[in-house]
Amino acid sequence: MGIKVRVPTPLRRFTGGNDEVAAEGDSIKAVIQDLDRRHPGIGERLLDEKGELRRFVNVYLNGDDIRFLSALDSKVKDGDDISIVPAIAGGR
Amino acid sequence: MATISRSSRQSPADVRSEPTPIQRASSVLELIGNTPLLEITRLTEGLVRPGVRVFAKLEGFNPGGSVKDRPARKMVEIGLERGDLRPGKVIIDSTSGNTGIALAMVGAALGYPVELVMAANVSKERKKIIEAFGARPIYSDPLEGSDGAILLCRKIIAENPDRYFKPDQYNNAANPLAHFQTTGPEIWRQTGGTVTHFVAGLGTSGTVMGTGRYLKSRNPAIRVIGMEPDDAMHGLEGLKHMATSIVPGIYNEAELDDKIAVSTEDAYDMVYALGQVEGVLVGQSSGAAMVAALKVACSLREGCVVTIFADFGDRYLSTNLWIGWQQWRRDRIERLVSRWNVSANATT
Repeated sequence: MGIKVRVPTPLRRFTGGNDEVAAEGDSIKAVIQDLDRRHPGIGERLLDEKGELRRFVNVYLNGDDIRFLSALDSKVKDGDDISIVPAIAGGR
Repeated sequence: MATISRSSRQSPADVRSEPTPIQRASSVLELIGNTPLLEITRLTEGLVRPGVRVFAKLEGFNPGGSVKDRPARKMVEIGLERGDLRPGKVIIDSTSGNTGIALAMVGAALGYPVELVMAANVSKERKKIIEAFGARPIYSDPLEGSDGAILLCRKIIAENPDRYFKPDQYNNAANPLAHFQTTGPEIWRQTGGTVTHFVAGLGTSGTVMGTGRYLKSRNPAIRVIGMEPDDAMHGLEGLKHMATSIVPGIYNEAELDDKIAVSTEDAYDMVYALGQVEGVLVGQSSGAAMVAALKVACSLREGCVVTIFADFGDRYLSTNLWIGWQQWRRDRIERLVSRWNVSANATT
């Protein structure tokens, strides 16, 4: 069944233009690592050199901000819905 | 108040045109512009050569709290003159915030209703301020960013074209014109004509286009430098990564002498530095502007670098900007500058 990941416009160049992709993993970190295997380059946009979620990236697990869950260690299961949302909208 | 000593380019006419601070006004719109120019001294100490000065124009002093008051007033003013905006019409535009706040303020001051289309992930403070001015926010999908707001706004207008006046900040020549007529002359006066470099962020590009044109009309040797996020995925509210965005119609890259890309992390660190070292709390686009201005300043033997701090930081307190600020240290800025020096040495 897998996990559904919604991808914001700035990252769609890594997903062939798709706004939604499938991924696997039992935690947010594992899902991001899997995303990067499937779509090389996406991982470094989300995680910094220390492997932490970049400050301007928000990730929602079934609608909840993972910073209020267990951050990158938040547990994920098949059928879950993940959204990646940049902290800003761009433009003025 | 500090004065600028190198005033060789200042003519008597410039001195006479120094505006008197407004003591009383009959409309808040009269209070737009004439913002102060602050010399950044503590942060640049030891990082730039003695003959180099760095100034920031504090646009947060505008009544709507940002640089966007200038184009908002001008676009509405010209809309009224042309009859495009008249009683019964609603002002509408797509905006991630500051222009929305400015249009909401201008609309309230003139008695016109305002509707604003914005991505749902703009800061809470901005949404509240817009509503407090009586404007109606319309939210677009946050995953689609500002381009999504632009497209939704077009759709709303197409469904009812006679109802709306759209200033269209991305394509309205009144946007850069506002800066040509106000921001540029102010910087020229405030630096006594000694400005050598102008650095500003690219959002609609109105600020850099209009101000740059004015400054070059006074002294073609002035270098005009645009700053943009270093990647399409960034956290610099108000700025556009041009290569991957809908390019504004008012943007003409050929008029820029250079472009500097700034990472979100460096910009955030600079915001913390400006607050704690300089005593100026600004938003993330101003942090990015300061990074770019400092990069330019570090490359000079002498010069006068002016940048724009588009707003103050209090409207971002609820945003991701403040994640991790406790870990900030001044040495991060020094490391940043040393990276530039290493790369400069590597290329020379």
